[in-house]
This record gives sequence, structure tokens and C-alpha cells, in this order.
Amino acid sequence: MRMLVAVAAAALLGCASGQAARPVEPAPIKPDTAGPPPGPGALSVPNADPFPSTYTPFASHPTAIQNATIFTAAGPRLERATILLQNGKVAAIGTDIQIPADAVLIDGTGKYVTPGLIDTHSHLGVYPAPGTEANSDGNEATSPATPQVWAEHSVWPQDPQFPRNLAGGVTTLQALPGSANLFGGRSVVLKVVPSRTVQGMKFPGAKYGLKMACGENPKRVYGSRSVAPSTRMGNVAGYRAEWIRAEQYRRSWDKWQASHKGDPPARDLGLETLAEALRGNILVQMHCYRADEMAVMLDVAREFGYRIRSFHHAVEAYKIADLLASDSVSASIWADWGGFKMEALDGVRANLALVDQAGARAVVHSDDPSGSQRLTQEAAKGLAAGRAIGLPLGEEDAIRWVTINPAWTLGLDDRIGSLEVGKNADVVLWSGDPFSVYTRSEKVWVDGALLYDRGDPASLWRTDFEQGYVPQPGESG
Amino acid sequence: MRRLRLTVPILLLVMAPAAMAAQTIAITGGKVFPVTSPPIEGGTVLIRDGRIIAVGADVAIPAGATRIDATGKWVTPGLVDVNTELGLVEVGYGSGANEATAKGQDAIAASFQAWVALNASSVLIPPAREGGVTTVAVWPAGGLIAGQGALLDLLDGSLADMLLAAPAGIAGQVSSDGAAGVGARGELFGKLRDLLENTRDYGRHKADYDRGQMRPVPYRREDVEALLPVVSGKLPLVLAADRAADIEAALALAADLGIRIVIAGGEEAWQVADKLAAAKVPVLTGAMNNIPQSFNSLGSRQENAALLRKSGVTVALIGNGGGDEELFNVRNLRYEAGNAVAYGLSWDEALTAVTHAPAEIFGVADRVGALAAGLEGNVVVWSGDPFEFASYPEHVLVRGREYPAASRQDLLIQRYRTLPPGHTAP
Repeated sequence: MRMLVAVAAAALLGCASGQAARPVEPAPIKPDTAGPPPGPGALSVPNADPFPSTYTPFASHPTAIQNATIFTAAGPRLERATILLQNGKVAAIGTDIQIPADAVLIDGTGKYVTPGLIDTHSHLGVYPAPGTEANSDGNEATSPATPQVWAEHSVWPQDPQFPRNLAGGVTTLQALPGSANLFGGRSVVLKVVPSRTVQGMKFPGAKYGLKMACGENPKRVYGSRSVAPSTRMGNVAGYRAEWIRAEQYRRSWDKWQASHKGDPPARDLGLETLAEALRGNILVQMHCYRADEMAVMLDVAREFGYRIRSFHHAVEAYKIADLLASDSVSASIWADWGGFKMEALDGVRANLALVDQAGARAVVHSDDPSGSQRLTQEAAKGLAAGRAIGLPLGEEDAIRWVTINPAWTLGLDDRIGSLEVGKNADVVLWSGDPFSVYTRSEKVWVDGALLYDRGDPASLWRTDFEQGYVPQPGESG
Repeated sequence: MRRLRLTVPILLLVMAPAAMAAQTIAITGGKVFPVTSPPIEGGTVLIRDGRIIAVGADVAIPAGATRIDATGKWVTPGLVDVNTELGLVEVGYGSGANEATAKGQDAIAASFQAWVALNASSVLIPPAREGGVTTVAVWPAGGLIAGQGALLDLLDGSLADMLLAAPAGIAGQVSSDGAAGVGARGELFGKLRDLLENTRDYGRHKADYDRGQMRPVPYRREDVEALLPVVSGKLPLVLAADRAADIEAALALAADLGIRIVIAGGEEAWQVADKLAAAKVPVLTGAMNNIPQSFNSLGSRQENAALLRKSGVTVALIGNGGGDEELFNVRNLRYEAGNAVAYGLSWDEALTAVTHAPAEIFGVADRVGALAAGLEGNVVVWSGDPFEFASYPEHVLVRGREYPAASRQDLLIQRYRTLPPGHTAP
């Protein structure tokens, strides 16, 4: 049995990798027939960006945070250092830098600076607060394969959890569909900023993610309806059946894109997303708890020639940390959740540390609107657990779990996730060591604009929902 | 309090277990936080036969005592977490290993004694203890009245040895109409009032009832029997309530019937802090929630505990951060305390809120929750500030016995410390 699978995998992998050399961006489409040009609706060809980001950075002033301890996530901590934010970027960082005369000066003495934190696994907006049935828009649990749905079409920008995340230092998050389905749909990467529209929160140029799910959830949701999948083997058959269709779809479209001869193939929203994942333009974000299931999913990915960018939850990542390292898959994990269902039974607090030590990318994720406000606290737990078993880890390692490693997981490590000249000025000023339980964020900048300032209550972002419903601090209700 | 309970025949009160093997332990040189008395630099905690016999700066250490050098360490009572399901639930979903919810009748299961058949061998107990938690309350869940909970020490032994107070209270809720089997909050409070008034009448006229000269009570007799110590004020009714309006309604009902209540959850309790203080009603709450997660908790904020204390309300900290703190992460109680400090509670008050205060609320302050002569030898020696992530318990003693770190999680870590793993124990 095992041998048969291996042969089939090799055949399909070869086929897929031959095609994978094609250009990754779909070419612009021009009709090749005479006559009046069809309207955009009639010519139903893929538009890579039908809901484009309208985000523009908020107004900013050149700002210098001086004399702080800076975790850059790109090297050792800098002591008594200054960081200059200018034109939305990190303009300079170090102990001897030129400060423009008009810069806002912030005394960072005794304080810490980190990159804006990044949460790879959020359901903000799609499962907003308050958690009402009316606004429960995270799981299109009507079919095990719904790659055609896009999380951004469920995001409620007035979710009061957004400003709380910003206050926790989170400047970028991936809002994912839930895990009821084998293929849950597209994720969206959001900047944690006030906006009337989801388009105004979308991270410009960020790749989409494809949410997939292993294990208990899909088989429970559909098995309880006596619909496939009802078993783990049913899950895997379900992934493979869709990828087979997707590969065929990708081939037919790539062929047409190359020639523009004849009618374009029929468009299918779901297969379009899967085809883009096969082309590497959409990053696969795979909910999976158990080590053995992750190993199976790595083989499914090899069978069809796509890459898994990150295993999410991955409570058993420490059991296959070597495989994750060799396959360049990050593990988006909780510091210490486990035990709440059978596939979470073997959660251990050293998971982050063990994954890191094996050379794989460890990421603290939240999957929780409360935990996402304390990502550095979660990292601190993982760090302590690693040190407790003698792993040579420091805070410079732990900061990467909440910054540059999640940035890589979202394909954005060239723009965010570390404090280096030229990168986006997403910055958090902390009252003290961010790995201390007593520390709170004081100020948060997004693209150089000060969007959170704990010391200035009047300036704090309050969503529409909170107006009148949520008492402000100081009110007795 | 304990003596009173002994006079109530249906109550189980389990006395301290037989003395541990005769042993004297001296924890010396540490920064000692007795909680009910001022901290002692370089203090000694002396334990004999499972109980603390002396705490102070100048304690004579008997010859032959086992010494634990706590120089540079922080020494506290074992922490007390009064909101867990340890031993009742092994795996929350999909395993069948969940014994927290009784069937009851019409959402009432007051006679359900959750600790009966509690799994004292639960693999979730050692991690809690490794987090410095040595005493917990276990509560049933579900319905309007979920049943009776107990306080117990996390020691390796029989259930009878573990129990400190059983029942410690009766758990119910006034937050969910659906779970209570009603359609509206007013109906919920009406149902609760009717149940308690029937219980009171039954208690007053029990002889008539037995002779068939009292109208039938429309509840299971065993449930009404179980609620008798609640209506007589001997046992608290622990009511989960978040919305300020629900807390006020619960306070009014309690005042009317003369019963003792404890508010659990209490997300909006800060809005009615003065009323809670005036009624001397304690609140069990956490410090890690600020999300208006429902229309019952729009005012949820992390300053809750600090604001309640400021008004004079007795507060015990419990987990509310959303990370399975009732089971897998009971060990995280100390981080609730740390976060409470970050949001305005003093450090000393935070320590009290995870030790003496919960013990006092449930009537076991003469057994646990402080370092003082006569109390159980539940002591933790921490590498540093117990609320900090970088600190860890170096010694955990429950009734004078030291428990080394040896949880199932530790075994898994050991197995997978290097890859590929071995396949024999551990």
C-alpha cells in the first residue's frame, strides 16, 4: 500500500513541478476575437485582486524613540538605543544616529521597543464580539470544501476586538476562516487599523492564505451529518480529490493564458483559489494538531506540488520538528494549550522552544482574541519552558516567535517583522521588558503613525459598536 | 464554620487524613510571604507531620529536620484555584471523559455531588501542582443549578485524603436562560426564587411533609434536601453571573431570602462594586479578559479585580483568559495574579487573591491559603517572583510532602527532547 502511494506521488509530483515553472502572476487578458469587446462580467477571467486594498498610512510625524532597549528581531538587543521612524519606514536605528530637527522625541529610558507583533491565526472580524449568531461568519460549514469563500467578505471592521489587539501591540494579523472544512477558504491579512471597510484594512500586496484543516473538526462536522468525511482517511481522500480537480483546472487555465486561443475555460471560484495555491501565489495555512497527520499532509503537498507554509495549532510540532525544519514549514502554535480534545492531548509548554531548537520557524499564534493581546506573554511561557529543559534560548529568540517568524509565515518578512532600515515602521513601545507579566504596551505605531497611546485616553480607537454599549474607563456604567 | 457543618447530617465533612509519615522539614533562608502576616526576609517555614508548626525569622530547627535551602528564593503558600474541573473532566471534547454535568431534572441538579468518583489520578493534576497550585475547588457545570462542589488538596492519595470541604458550596448560574431551561432572565430568577422558597418551606415543615400534610414540593426531594444548607445560610450558592443587572438581581434575591452567595465570573462586577461590598458578597474573577464577548459582559475589563478590591469586595482570582484554565492550564493561575497587578491590583492583594481569600470564601482558611502554625504544609518555593514567567516553582509541598515535577507533559518532553524519539518509557 505504502509503495503504491509513493509511486503515484512521484508521477504526479513530476507533472506538477514541470508546470510550476510557469509565470506565477496571471498574464493580463486580451480578447483575441473580433467584434465588440465583452464587458468585464461577460469575460469572466480571473482577476487576481477584485477587492483591492484601499489602505493608506495614517498621518505621521518623524518620530525618534530614544534611549530604549530595542529588540530588533534581527540580532542582539540594542541597549540605550534610538529608532527613527520617518515617512512610514524605519529610517535609522542604533546608538549614534541623526535625528531630524522636527522629529517628535520620545524618551524610552527604562522602556523597550519591539516590532509590531503579528498574529498568524486570528478570527477577528469573522467571529467578532459580541459573539452573536447573527455575526458568526467564520465557518461556511455547508460543504467540506469551500475554497471559494473569502474571509474578508465576513470581516466586520467594527469588531471591538480590533482595537484591543492593537493595544496589545498587534499591528498585522491573518483573519482566517474556521476549521470546520477541509478547505475553509481564503484568509486575509489585515493591518490592525480603524477603517469603515475591510478594504481599508487589507495589507497592500499581501498574499492570500488558503485555510485547510486536518483531524477532528471536519470529520466531526460532516460525519455527524452522515456526509463525508467522517474519518481521517475520509479527510485525506477529500483533499486529494479537490487537488486533482484543481491541478486540471490550473493546467487548462495556464494553457489558455499562454495562447489566448479560443474561449477561456469556465471559471470556478474555488478551483481558482486552489490553482493559485498550486502556483505558489496563495500560502497554505494548515490547521493540524497531530504529528502523524502533519506528516501525511506534507506528503499530500508533495503529491500535488504545493507547499504548506505553516501548520496551525500543531500541538505535536515538537515530535516532528526536524521534518518541519527540512520542509521549511513554520509551526503556528499556542504556548501552552492542550488536552481539550483528543488531538490536543499531547500539548507541551516546551513546544515553541523545541521547534525553534530543531531549526524550524516557531510562531506564537493566538486563535483567541484574548490571547492575541498577550503574545509576548505567551512567548515568555514558551521561553521559560525551553530554558527549564536546558535549551540555550534568550529573549532575542522569543521575540522572533511573535515578529519575524509570523511575518515569514504570511510572506511579508521583507516588509514587516523586524526593525531594520527600510522596513515598515510598525513599532511598539513597552513600559518594560515585554516578556514580563507586569509590562504593558504604551504606544503603537503603524507605518510610522501613532495609532495607540495608552497615556492619551481621548485618542483611543473606539469602534462604532462600542459607542454607547461599552462603558469607557472611568464610567461606572 | 466547620463545626457548624458537622451538625448538618447530609453534609460530608472530611477531616484531615492520617498524619503523613513523621517528618520535619525546614525551609530556610527564603523571602517568606505568609500572606496573613508581613513578609519575612530570610525566614523559616517549619513543617512537621504534614502541618506547618512555625513560621518566622528565628525559628529553631530541630536536629534531623530535612532542610530545603530557599536562600534567594520566594516562599509562598500553595496557590488556591477555586474554579477548576480537575478530576471531573479528562478531555473536554470527543472522549467521553467528562463527568462535570449531571442530567438533573428541569436544569436542577443540586444533589449532584461532583466530587464523588472524582479521578484522583487525573494526569491534569500534576501540571497544576507544578504551577504551584496545591488546593482547588472542583465544580460541576450546566443547568440552572449544576450541583455541589468541593475543595481539595492536590496530593497523591485517596479522594478522602484530598478533600478539605465537601460540599464547599452549590454551583448555579444566572447568565444563560437556555441552560436554565427558561426563556428570559426574569423567568430564570423566578425559577430560582421558587426553588429556594420551596426549599425553605420544606425545611420549616419537613415533619409535615413526611406525614403527607404539606403540599407536594415540585422539585426532586434530593435536590431540595441538598439546598437546605443554602437557605439556612450555612453553604454558599456560587452563582455564575457577568452582567451588572444580573449581579444586582442576584444580590436582591440573596438579601430577600437571607442566603449567602458568591459571584463567579463577574465581568461587570466593577460596575456594582459598592453593592457587592455592602452585601459582603465575594467575587471570583480573572484579570485577562476585556472583550465584550456577549451582551452579558459588555463592560468586561482587566481592572475588574483592582476596582472591586478598592471598593472593599473580597476577590479570589480565577482564570478567565480563555486558555482552558479550568483544566489544562490551572497552572496559569499565577499569571492571572501578575496581570491583575499590571491592571491596578497591589502585589500583596494579588497574592492574597490566589491564596487566603479563596480559602476564606469557602471556609477553609484554617487549613490552607497562608503560612501559619497549624495550617497544612502546602508551601511553594519559587525561583523568583511567582507571578513572573521567568520564575518557576523549585519545590512544591502538599501537606508536607514534596512533589517533584513529573507530569505526563514532562515525560513527553523528555521523550522528544532529541529526535527521533525512543519508544520506551519515558
